[in-house]
Amino acid sequence: MSANLIPILWEATLQTMYMVAISAVLGTLGGLPLGVFLATSQRGELLSAPWINKVLGLVVNAARSVPFIILVVAIIPFTRMIVGTSIGTNAAIVPLTLAAVPFIARLVENAIREVEAGLIEAARAMGATPMQIVRKVLIPEALPGITLGLTLAAVSLIGYSAMVGAVGGQGLGDLGIRYGYQRFMPEVMLAVVVILIVMVQLVQSLGEWIAARVDRRAARNRGH
Amino acid sequence: MSGTPPDNAAIIFDRLGKSFPKSGGDRVMALQDVSLTVPTGSVTGIIGRSGAGKSTLLRMVNGLERPTEGSVKVAGRDVGGARGSNLRAIRRDVGMIFQHFNLLASRTVWGNVALPLEIAGTPAGQIKARVDQLVDQVGLSALRDRYPAELSGGQKQRVGIARALATSPKVLLSDEATSALDPETTQTVLELLSQINRDLGLTILLITHEMAVLRDIASHMAVIEGGRIVESGPTYDVFAKPNHGTTRSFLSGVTGATLPAFVASRMTLDRPDGPAQEVIRVTFAGQHATDPMLAMLATELGIAANILAGAIEEIGPHPFGNLLLSIDAPRAPEARAFLERHALTTEVLGYVR
Repeated sequence: MSANLIPILWEATLQTMYMVAISAVLGTLGGLPLGVFLATSQRGELLSAPWINKVLGLVVNAARSVPFIILVVAIIPFTRMIVGTSIGTNAAIVPLTLAAVPFIARLVENAIREVEAGLIEAARAMGATPMQIVRKVLIPEALPGITLGLTLAAVSLIGYSAMVGAVGGQGLGDLGIRYGYQRFMPEVMLAVVVILIVMVQLVQSLGEWIAARVDRRAARNRGH
Repeated sequence: MSGTPPDNAAIIFDRLGKSFPKSGGDRVMALQDVSLTVPTGSVTGIIGRSGAGKSTLLRMVNGLERPTEGSVKVAGRDVGGARGSNLRAIRRDVGMIFQHFNLLASRTVWGNVALPLEIAGTPAGQIKARVDQLVDQVGLSALRDRYPAELSGGQKQRVGIARALATSPKVLLSDEATSALDPETTQTVLELLSQINRDLGLTILLITHEMAVLRDIASHMAVIEGGRIVESGPTYDVFAKPNHGTTRSFLSGVTGATLPAFVASRMTLDRPDGPAQEVIRVTFAGQHATDPMLAMLATELGIAANILAGAIEEIGPHPFGNLLLSIDAPRAPEARAFLERHALTTEVLGYVR
């Protein structure tokens, strides 16, 4: 591989990291409360609102049914409205975030539903408000599961980010297509794949490490 | 509790009913016409089999379940009608402990005990002092920074008790708190509950399916069957004179008075023709529990009694005995009259040839 490709690869790596990081953060800001609500708003549950729950569930399912590449082009007018342009890395963050929110919401919902009903009952018996139960019981108790869910979401976002080349989003995937495929430079394709593998490994390991740190459900040796 | 005015009750269930909708439009009656008064400062136990409604009844006291008929009052406040912040205020006056402890795995011993205070909005400085004191009170100071996964069952329940006491409640509800514990640990947890009851004057309402728990700590008890209270009163009285079949069957497991199978299988309710033995239960109460009644029966009336089963134990401070005897049927009425004269309770269970 010629030396002048290194800066291009480096730039594309930074672009991918930027898109994934921003959309993961924004996706969490939207997906966490949505997931908590979905997990607690069925009939008879803490924030019982069965109709809103049903409607939001349908919207989440619909959003998750749309293939990502179609989502990217379908929401171009919306993207232009938000960031002022439909082309570039910032523009790519809009569909990435929009895909991340319902995905993260479902992962958070699953993690919250794993929390034992007895803990909610105990907190209700203490006179906790529904919001206190969410903040002091559900989220802390579900944190290991939420962390693993967010890790999964970040890994998926790395994969999705390869498709935003369709709107000039740049990044590693786009580089691989333009140089590796269209310009017949297999060494670029290989480099892109290796970088993506390393990136996914790092994200996965970091997520698992954090999840283990916050998981107090099993007895372990106490490192004093 | 002498001198307690009659209206000074910690909890009053008044013609309480609870039904759940069932598919097909019918309703399942979980509780029917339950009236029960829990005296202030008592340890009151409700015993029943699973599905008898005891858990639903307990959850009425802090509004985790709402009555469909009648009312529940805690310290004079109607729980069933309370909503929102009124209900939360009542709940802070009612602590609760659970069979499976329900501790937060993400919090240490100290953090779990602090939770109800955080929820009540207590200032941080006060939380610290109070939690330190509570953790010490239940003997867990050395384990204050451990997580529940690192504790034994008995230690977890101690954390549960400390947590339930955090907001200085007037009433403590215990939902089968010792059912998941081994017998030895059960004893230490029951002793802790008794001590709390004595030291703090806290009213305890507990549900259990083990008569031994009532024998060991309950001053008052009620028996629930099919959603109804079938018997209630001071524990000693109920043990000494059980009126309902359900009570007797619960008692047979704890008073050591179960008929041996070879007798039970041959026993008839009506006296057969010809020679027969009458099987009776004799309940010893108070000071007579320690008198050698059977020896007196033999020396004064010349009647020999066969002991089939029996045990003498203590309910609170009172000795209490339960004996199953067989006596030659023609002389049995004479023997029973003699025993009754000595303030013992007798009951004819049946006859064997």
